[in-house]
Amino acid sequence: MNLLDFLTPSPEIAKREGPDDTIVISSRVRLARNLKNISFPGWATKQDRIRAMDLMRPAVENLPQMKDGFSTIMDELSPLDKQLLIERHLISREHAVKSAGSAVVMSKGEIFSIMINEEDHLRMQALLPGFQLESAFNKIDEVDTLLEKQLDYAFSSKLGYLTACPTNVGTGIRVSAMLHLPGIVLAEQINQIIQAVNKLGLAVRGLYGEGTDALGNFFQVSNQQTLGEEELQILERLQKVVAQIVEHESNARTLLLEKQKTAVLNHIGRAYGILANAYSMSSKEAMNLLSLFRLGIDYGFFPNTIRALSDELFLICQPAHLQKLYPNTNEPEERDIVRADIIRERLKDIKGPITK
Amino acid sequence: MLCNICKQKRATLHFTKIVGEKVHKIDLCEDCAKKQGLADGSIDVTDFLLGLDVSQPSDEPEVEELKCPVCGYTLSHLKKSGRLGCPECYNTFADMLEGILKSMHKGVRHVGKIPNAQHSGKTVAEKIRKLQEELEHAVAIEDFERAAVLRDEIKRIRVKLNESEDKKL
Ligand SMILES: [Zn+2]
Ligand SMILES: [Zn+2]
Repeated sequence: MNLLDFLTPSPEIAKREGPDDTIVISSRVRLARNLKNISFPGWATKQDRIRAMDLMRPAVENLPQMKDGFSTIMDELSPLDKQLLIERHLISREHAVKSAGSAVVMSKGEIFSIMINEEDHLRMQALLPGFQLESAFNKIDEVDTLLEKQLDYAFSSKLGYLTACPTNVGTGIRVSAMLHLPGIVLAEQINQIIQAVNKLGLAVRGLYGEGTDALGNFFQVSNQQTLGEEELQILERLQKVVAQIVEHESNARTLLLEKQKTAVLNHIGRAYGILANAYSMSSKEAMNLLSLFRLGIDYGFFPNTIRALSDELFLICQPAHLQKLYPNTNEPEERDIVRADIIRERLKDIKGPITK
Repeated sequence: MLCNICKQKRATLHFTKIVGEKVHKIDLCEDCAKKQGLADGSIDVTDFLLGLDVSQPSDEPEVEELKCPVCGYTLSHLKKSGRLGCPECYNTFADMLEGILKSMHKGVRHVGKIPNAQHSGKTVAEKIRKLQEELEHAVAIEDFERAAVLRDEIKRIRVKLNESEDKKL
């Protein structure tokens, strides 16, 4: 099967809804697991990696969650397909460069993705739209419980699940939420937020790009500690912090509108102006402008425009998505032109931001 | 043991550092250590050892590098990559990992999910017995902080055990 035929079409993905999805784009819980008696993938020989993969892959493919799923070894994916999966958050950048003895299995609808022989033998994730960390945890925990019946996990009563990197040992859990925080960024409070969250032992990163240069004002908050704390405690801590950030972002948006309405309209209006009229646009510029357009939609400045429009544009403006849609755009310059064309076309019936 | 530098006074400070594939050892008297800036940590032991070249095969035989008996991963691999070679490496490099884990995580003992296979009645009983032993030892050496953690852990497992027994009924 063709990968593109399997993946949910971009317009459908953009329409998915979840709690607090104006601010929380998605919730993800990932578990790291390894097999007993086989070296971790980074140190194992090629034969050992293949042996491990042959043990794990059938077990993963036969999960009820993977019914109608997609399973492939990494060698069989083209660089473009790998990039597409990265843009969908279904594999990591590290996994994309793996070859012999590595695989990925994904569920129809893309909630589940299990990487085989990434840094660990198994990296399994559940990814849901909006603020649904607990549900994502329950889903991936179920998968793990089914897999442990068939696979002999490396586990120590003292250190828990043993992982290739000591940063993941113990529960092997990484809980993360992807957030859209244009209000906090415009109010110039993002550095304070990042510092406060860091103090709680959680990490904040730009989802695309680094630190405060976060493209499109997208940030990812996740736990860093995995040992000495139960899964549910880690989950709760993250939920609390995300809820606080959501509140902060809402307040920032309200306050900006009250106190600096002209400035906000100016930002959003200019972003709209470029998006609706440009003839060449890099993905970086598109991300940043679309972020303001999305904020404008959330503010109700663009009547009869739904957020799915901005979210679909976010998705299809990324290089691999664009190249899949328009196969003749191998060069970045060509893609910049096509990208601008697509956005202009989608925005042609939308008027500039208005307020009552 | 005499000081490696002045070769007169008794060595009271002992430094070990792994540089590349070799384990370097140096024994100093307090005065010489101070003179070299080692006593107060103002200079790095590595730099000092590299400069001094104590690796000359004068007296001590070369110490073999720590290596995982299962997968062959070495201490220098670990230092270079920050990763481990196989599950057994956690035992092999336990001494070194303890400090790393302590600085990285909330605790140094796993609490949380346990694979079912390791959770059956027999293994749980075994686990409780092991923890009991550890608890007694902690009390004996007056490590009460550790003892409290162990006591809570035993309690937690007992409660869990009872819950799962209840479910069966
Ligand atoms: Zn001396
Ligand atoms: Zn090993």
